[in-house]
Parts: sequence; structure tokens; C-alpha cells
Amino acid sequence: MQIYLPIADLSVNVFLVLGMGLAVGYMSGMFGIGGGFLMTPLLIFIGISPAVAVASVTGHIAASSFSGAINYWNRRAIDLALALMLLAGGIVGTATGVWLFTTLRALDQLDLIIGLSYVTLLTVVGAIMINESVRAIARAHHGMPATVRRPGSHTWFHGLPFKLRFKRSKIYVSAIPVLAIGFVIGFVGAIMGIGGGFLLVPMLIYFLRVPTATVIGTSMVLTFVTMASATVMHAATNHLVDALLALILMVGGVVGAQFGARTGQKMRGERLRLLLGILVFAVGLRFAYELGVKPEDLYSIRHVGDG
Amino acid sequence: MLRLAFLLVVLAIGGAARPADAEQLVVSLSNQRVAITSNFIGEQLVLFGTIEPTAGAALRPSYDLVVTVVGPRQTLRTRRKQRVLGIWVNVDSREFLRVPVYLAILSNRPVAQIAPPDTLRRLQIGLANFLLTQRIGPDIADTVSDDPFRKAFVHLQGDHGLYSEAGNAVTFLTPAVFRATIALPADAPVGPYPIDVKLFADGKLAARTNTALQVTKAGFEQYVADAARDHGLLYGFTTMFMALLTGWFASVVFRRD
Repeated sequence: MQIYLPIADLSVNVFLVLGMGLAVGYMSGMFGIGGGFLMTPLLIFIGISPAVAVASVTGHIAASSFSGAINYWNRRAIDLALALMLLAGGIVGTATGVWLFTTLRALDQLDLIIGLSYVTLLTVVGAIMINESVRAIARAHHGMPATVRRPGSHTWFHGLPFKLRFKRSKIYVSAIPVLAIGFVIGFVGAIMGIGGGFLLVPMLIYFLRVPTATVIGTSMVLTFVTMASATVMHAATNHLVDALLALILMVGGVVGAQFGARTGQKMRGERLRLLLGILVFAVGLRFAYELGVKPEDLYSIRHVGDG
Repeated sequence: MLRLAFLLVVLAIGGAARPADAEQLVVSLSNQRVAITSNFIGEQLVLFGTIEPTAGAALRPSYDLVVTVVGPRQTLRTRRKQRVLGIWVNVDSREFLRVPVYLAILSNRPVAQIAPPDTLRRLQIGLANFLLTQRIGPDIADTVSDDPFRKAFVHLQGDHGLYSEAGNAVTFLTPAVFRATIALPADAPVGPYPIDVKLFADGKLAARTNTALQVTKAGFEQYVADAARDHGLLYGFTTMFMALLTGWFASVVFRRD
């Protein structure tokens, strides 16, 4: 069944888009990520312009992360204080990101920047995650505890001022790195049409040493709020949010996320991180391939203005 | 003297009625207003027409017909990728100013067989002869038809079904009655589509007429597009609440306990 998307100005198969929403939603629920880094490239692949894809996906991620967050809230697996602190940085980051997105679009280099950011972020983050989780699995295999928690080992930012205690996560850290992480996630999210969950989860684990139990739920709350605000900002400034497209993705996404969340809770933390690492790395390689291989058509057309 | 003047007037009128005015065209579209609704996947329109001899003239044994459908005009930028430091980057671009987003040239046989090249060029018949204004540095001009940017532009638009030149899209049902099929793709832009119909006889323009069709978004599609453009903030909040509702609804439906 074909349906015409009013903002993307093209007609797509509803079931294809719904299926994409389901599949990405499943992974988003499983790994506690928004899934934007999977959804945006998929939409571009079916012919939606990168700008409309990025802007509309923010709505989809908002929905699936909200549904996931409710799930984790019921399981008391959310550190609300930490989420709010990250959020303060996140909102500022999103606003900066939306502004840069508008500027780059005018310069014709938005696609390149989106491509390069994907390659760099995904391959690096993916490689780090694979490396870490393989070690953890190996340790578990030899009968040692899978996660090494070293309470005594402090990095430089543990010496920063404005220390705060986050009770549910059982951590005591400075507000500065928390705000900074929030800013980076909000910024990257607005530019790349991703919630940044796949970045946030490892950052929270490795930098702030947030335990795996609360990390996913907390990440979902942050993802939800930054993406919801990105939706509003993209709609207000670029007029590129296709509500119909977002709605189809949302419906598929939230259903998928529910099933994904259940699978995710049954799986061991380090195994989950290995899978996510492989997924992130693979998408990164896919983007690297696209940038490095001679495109089939060297020319492309972009709409500049009416009349 | 008066009689002579009268004769001159008659001669002048007769002289004005060149062979080119021996026919006139009457055309009609199957549908003048195409509405884009939620299940729009493109549309086929039919243009019917007859060749009418003007009083006293007779129809010639064979005619050729060219229908040019020109969609709404926009400024489009064609970009070319090039390898820079191992990656493919848009390095060069050319702006096509106020060019039609949709352009169809329909005829009963390939345009090259209908009239000599200079006539085709003068009347802008065929994709190669249609004026596509480009900005080249400080200048504004069309280029030769095999300019790489122009070729790429026409080719890319053609891939989307937006530019076409079909030498078999016009059929003569009788020597004087014809039918042309106009295909609009799913991503046809909204706006007016003027249609120019030209009749040729022996390689010369014999008659010409105009009509137009209008593509509009209808109902829900129109409403959403208007809302996004005119009330961005409200539209954004609506989308966000839609997200909240869908997310909440799913968690209620799938609650396990």
C-alpha cells in the first residue's frame, strides 16, 4: 500500500516503513538506544532526502525512547537526578546542533558532514565497545567477575569541583563532565538525526562508571527529552519534519521497542554490549564504504528555491 | 478607385492567410486538475485534439504533432562529486535558474524527424533544445546540449520520471484526430503545468495552441504541508505530543503485569 508523504513529497510503501520502524524499534529497546543511527540511513536509502530524514527521525526516536523509558521507570531502573543533569547540557547542545545543521545545509556540505560524523563516531565507538566487551566476556569465561569496578581508580575529572551524589546509580562525580556529556549528545543528535544513545551508554559506563542496571533507563530519558525538543526545533526552524512519516515510524518503533526491551533484560550486560558494538561498527563501515567508493552517479540535484 | 481599394483589401486579407493558418487546433484534457491525495502514485492524463481546417482550406495529407508540458519552475543545483583525500565530496556545482521541475516532450515520431534542427532550436522542441538557464560564474546562459552538467541534470531528472522525451506518446486516431498521453510521476511538484501543442506540416509550424493542467495537494496532505510551513512551532509540538501518545499507548498495551 503506497502512501504519499506531504513533506518528503514522495510516495512510499506503508508496510516497508512500518517494518523498518519495528526492526529499529526492537534494537532500540534491546540496547537502550534511540536507533536513529540505523533509521536515518535506511530512510535516505529509500529515497527520502537526508534533511527530511534527519528531522523526521527525531520524532520517531522521541516516541520509542518514551515508551522504553516508561518500561524502565516501572522497573525503577532510571536515575532521574542524573538524567536531569545530563539534560541541562543536552538542551543547549541540541539548540547549537540545529543551528549548525541549518548553516551546513545552506553550504551544500550537510551530506558530507553527516557521512563523516557517522564514520568517525560509529567506527571508533564500535571498536572500543567490541574490545571492552570481548575482554569482559573472556574474564567471565575464566571465572572472574565480568565487570571490573575499581573504586579507588580515579581519572582526572574526578578531581573537578561541584561534586554531586547520584543515589540510584551509586556514583559521586563532578557536575562538569555530566553537563559536557549532555551537551555532546544533544549536539550530535541534532546534526546526525540520532538520539545519541549508543554514544551515551558507553560514555556513562566508562567515564562516569554508572552501573549497567541504571544506564539504559537513564539514557532513554535523556534521549527522549533531547529528541522531543529537537523535533520541535527542527519543525520550527527548518520546516522539514514529516509528521506522517514520523507517525508510521513511531507506531512500528514503539511496538518493536517493547519486545526489544524484554530480550535486552534477559541478556547479560557484556554480551549485549558486544552485539551493540558490532552493530555500531558495521554501520560505521557501511558509511566509510559509501564515502570511499566511487559513487554510481557523480552528479546529484538539490532544490535551492522556488521560482 | 474605390473598387481598386476594395480589391487591395481583399488581396491583403488573402495574403495574410498564409498556408500556416490553414488549420487550427482544438484540444481538451481528460483531467485539468490533478489532486495529490494520500494514495497518489502518479497519474496518466490524456490530451485529445482535432485538426480543423479553416474555412475554405483543405487538410493536408500528413501532420506531425509535438506536445510540450512544462511543470512549475524552481532553481535547482546540480552538484558533482570528486575524490578529495580519498573520499568523495561535492566539489563543483552549477545552479539551474527557474527551470521546470517537470518537462515532457511528446510527439508522434522522434522530433528530429519532424522539423529541421534550426526550427527545433528556435521553437525549443526536444530536451536538447529546451532552454535551461544556468548560472556559470557571473554569467547566466544555457549551454550546449552536451555540456556535462546539463546532461547530468537532464539525465537525473529523467531517472525520476520528471523529464521525458517520447516520440511515440502522440497517436493519430484518424488523420485529423490525435491523442497524447501525459505521465505524471508520484513526486510531480504542485503548481501549474502549461501545455503547448504545436502542429507541423512538411517540417514547418502550421498551427499552435495552449492549455494547462494544475497539480494540487488535496485534503489531508494539503493541510499537513500548510501547517508545517505556516505554523512550524505548533506543528512541532503536535508531532511531539503524537510521539508521547504513541509511546505511552504502547507501554500500556504491552504491560505485562
